[in-house]
Amino acid sequence: MREGAAKIRVRGLSKSFGPKVVLAGLDLDVAVGESVVVIGGSGTGKSVMLKCILGLLEPEAGSVQIDGEEVLGLPAAERERVNRKIGMLFQGSALFDSLKVWENVAFSLLQVSRMDRSAGKARALDTLARVGLGPEVGELWPAELSGGMQKRVALARAIASDPEIIFFDEPTTGLDPIMADVINEMIVKSVRTLGATTLSITHDLASARKIADRIAMLHQGRIIWSGPAREIDRSDNPYVDQFIHGRAEGPIKMEVRR
Amino acid sequence: MQWFLASIGRTFLTFIAATGRLSLFAALGVSHCARPPYYPRQILRQMVDIGYFSLPVVGLTAIFTGMVLALQSYTGFARFQAQGAVATVVVLSMTRELGPVLAGLMVAGRIGASMAAEIGTMRVTDQIDALVTLSTNPFKYLVTPRLLAGTLMLPLLVVVADIIGVFGGYVVGVYKLGFNPAVYLDNTFEHLERIDVISGLTKAAVFGFLVSLLGCYHGYYSRGGAQGVGTATTNAVVSASILILSFNYVITELFFAK
Repeated sequence: MREGAAKIRVRGLSKSFGPKVVLAGLDLDVAVGESVVVIGGSGTGKSVMLKCILGLLEPEAGSVQIDGEEVLGLPAAERERVNRKIGMLFQGSALFDSLKVWENVAFSLLQVSRMDRSAGKARALDTLARVGLGPEVGELWPAELSGGMQKRVALARAIASDPEIIFFDEPTTGLDPIMADVINEMIVKSVRTLGATTLSITHDLASARKIADRIAMLHQGRIIWSGPAREIDRSDNPYVDQFIHGRAEGPIKMEVRR
Repeated sequence: MQWFLASIGRTFLTFIAATGRLSLFAALGVSHCARPPYYPRQILRQMVDIGYFSLPVVGLTAIFTGMVLALQSYTGFARFQAQGAVATVVVLSMTRELGPVLAGLMVAGRIGASMAAEIGTMRVTDQIDALVTLSTNPFKYLVTPRLLAGTLMLPLLVVVADIIGVFGGYVVGVYKLGFNPAVYLDNTFEHLERIDVISGLTKAAVFGFLVSLLGCYHGYYSRGGAQGVGTATTNAVVSASILILSFNYVITELFFAK
């Protein structure tokens, strides 16, 4: 790993909720322009990791550097400046239901860059076209859209301000396999056109194979394996093997009471 | 016995912690009023919602209150031949007490509840986190406009409520109790002092702030899906109502205690 080129550098990230340790000293590097996908079972702390990096949760210990700048403990205004480099696609899309679709997509252009409304709308419709949605969708309300369309609108919102870094939280969860693949294609395409660095979390392996340059596996609060996406089938790691083959038996013990 | 004392202590600590949290929340919300960026659209939307759309509810409350005041005070005062005081009683009760308190309680039910539900839903569907990732301070965008709108609009609502309430008293006084219209109006304004109206409007501004504050506070910290949002809504209305009634006493004491 080239040290100097890390866009996101996470060291020793720890977070517990009460007695439950979720992250136990997690280390992760994402190089400039690289697409890293973190896989892991439900409840292994993937979302918590993402929220800690984004500054939505306060970790107990560790360091998060973005472009070599330590972002943990930054004051709110400074944090906003860093967040301008970042786009995020939420698992549940998290569209603002009090705003129309185009206002959602143009949100940061209107509210942060203070673009005037007609220019913002034009940009929003352009961005919607990039995710395969026509201008008529822009006038709808988020509640009127299907899950797959909401995901695409959320993707449009995440890329509208041309971020340098994009986070994807379970981008394909809850979608049918075809729509999931459409979303994956769009992620790959938009990331390529933007040249953005991305960090995704998912438990959908098809999605991981499609969008990742590198895959990392999270287990018990640490990254236990990491390697190029094409090598995941030859990892020689019993945890990774169990996960990608979806076996109930193996070194990963699900906490199920029988 | 020990268990009993511990539970008292725990309740007390929880109460102190909640009070502190609410005070911090209020201070943060107010401090953002003085710091740009501002969101004029949000402020306007809230003002229309609180001021304009609450008019029917507050108007109906006021007119029936004015009417019943005239009727009740007439039958009461008739026992010692003081019917002439009816107009004065109606106008003083409306401006000093019933206008602000009833408008405050109605707005708490209407606006406080909807604020808690809206912000609470935004919290549980990650929309507040999405604001952060879009470099927008959720406090500034969600809380401050509501605090401003509540504080500004409730006094205006109360002016309307006062007028409608006095009109209700007038209608009952003139058409049912047989007062001379000119004499009734004369009695209404003869004993009305500026401080009566000012104290009422001060109360209204404080109540408007409290309703918005508690609506936002409970919504902002709601947890756990639909049930959490429901609890937040209930808590917002109940706590706003209680605070309105207790602050009503405190403000009356400040204005009129000799």
